[in-house]
Order: sequence, then structure tokens, then C-alpha cells
Amino acid sequence: MKSAVIVFPGSNCDRDIATALEDVTGTKPQMVWHGDSDLPGDVDLIAVPGGFSYGDYLRCGAIAARSPVVRSVIEAAEKGVPVIGVCNGFQILTETGLLPGALMRNAGLDFVCRDVALTVDNNQSIFTSGYRSGESITVPVAHHDGNYFADAETLDRLEGEGRVAFRYGESVNGSARNIAGLLNKSGNVLGMMPHPERRIEAAHGGTDGRRLFEGLLRAVA
Amino acid sequence: MKLRIIVTLKNGVLDPQGKAIQHALSGLGFDGVDDVRAGKLFELDVADTTSDAAVDEMCRKLLANTVIENYRIERL
Repeated sequence: MKSAVIVFPGSNCDRDIATALEDVTGTKPQMVWHGDSDLPGDVDLIAVPGGFSYGDYLRCGAIAARSPVVRSVIEAAEKGVPVIGVCNGFQILTETGLLPGALMRNAGLDFVCRDVALTVDNNQSIFTSGYRSGESITVPVAHHDGNYFADAETLDRLEGEGRVAFRYGESVNGSARNIAGLLNKSGNVLGMMPHPERRIEAAHGGTDGRRLFEGLLRAVA
Repeated sequence: MKLRIIVTLKNGVLDPQGKAIQHALSGLGFDGVDDVRAGKLFELDVADTTSDAAVDEMCRKLLANTVIENYRIERL
């Protein structure tokens, strides 16, 4: 599986997700700088990593979402190329409009950095096929702006279409309906606040994150 | 030409920062502050030839996230 990891000024989980992808797929991902206007051809997966792109100026992910390479990411996503955005990557994907809604300041105002329990709400996507439906997994979060917002009508529609991939097992940041991860309509784009790339090997305290990448590899390759 | 663009949260969007500011104000002894909503203010210096449509597009494409925010343009 050929993958690309987008790197912005202020990304800080780009190497973590690259390591996770290389470990699981056996192929080193190509790192793509935000100022490049083209993605490598025929990639099977694009990863938008966590961090604080552009210092979170204006709104988290707002500036990154308008960078040259992200225009190519949007085009690729619209053609069906799988795209995963983690943490700041999720914020960037909502800012591009590839995913609906917005991620706002945590309801408790604190930066939340700890392990959380997630429920797999939909295991029928390429990103979640490594899990059982309704399974509880443990993955860490580390964010200040993960409070998912969308209007009630949008939330009903997203739930009706099975687009909630993961929910928090408890209230973590005030997210509407405890949404932690969300799919686009065609199921090839996933945004999630928790960090699966930080639970890849036993030394990380668990491998629940690894199964996302393993499932993805089976689904895509 | 100078412009001022005011970005505010839409009604119905919770504003935890505004709430914290409200609590801080009551902590300082200012009674009767029922609600605080925090927003953003941008001052732009643009060419006189800049059209209203272009300014509106700047707001929609970048300065405001219209999922959660409203904007208002003032010419100074």
C-alpha cells in the first residue's frame, strides 16, 4: 500500500503516523510538504496528521485547509482516494468541507491529554473493518479543540447514514452526541480526534490503534 | 480602503470561552452580566478597487467558518 503523509509547519504527529503506516504496511510513506501542489501519483492512502498547523492561527486547521497541497487532497478524496485525518487532521478536513461540522474549543476549556475509551459505531468502513461493531477500544486523545459541533438536523442525518465511526465512551470534550470520528458520505474519508498511531505496539500500552491500519491495509490492498 | 470585519458565533453555538469570561466578570464583582459571547475582529487595508463581492468571498472562504460563525463587514 502506497501512502502519503502531508506535513504542515506545526505538524507534530507526522512521523508517528508515518512510522505506524510503515510498520503495518511494510512500505515507507512519502512525506509531502504543504507547499507542494502535487501529490505523488497512485497513492492508496493520504494521511493528514495531528499537530498545530500554522500555530492554530485564525481557527484550528483553517490555514492548512487552504494550502496548495490540500487542494490536491480534496481532488483525490473526491475521486475516492482514502484520506484519514487525525486530530489536527480532522480539524483540517472539516475546514475543507470534506467532512461536515466544526471542531470547537473543549467544553471544559482544558487541553485533554489522556487515554479514552471509544466505541466502534460503524465497522463497515475501510477504516474500521479491523474492529467489531460496538466494540470498546482504548486510544489516547491530546487536544484543546475537539468539541464536535453540527446542527441537530446534520447530526440526525450523519447518524442515520451510519457516518459516526467512533464515539467517546464518556463525555471527553463536550462533543455533540459524543462523536469522536466521522466518515464522509462515500466512506473514503475519516476524521477522528483520538490518535490510533499512538497505540501501535505493546510498548505504547496497547495495540488498539494498530487494528485500524491493519483493517485499512486489508480493505485497500 | 479600510475595512473592519466582525466574526461572531451563530446563535445556538455554545461558547465555552464566553462562559468563562462571564464567570470571571462576576468573580470581579460585576453583577448582572447575563451572557458573554467571544468573537473576532479583523482590520483589513485593501485596494479601493476591491469589490463588495470579493470582500464577501474573503469572509466566506477564510475569515469566518460559516458552519459556526456569522460575519459583518464595516467600511471605515
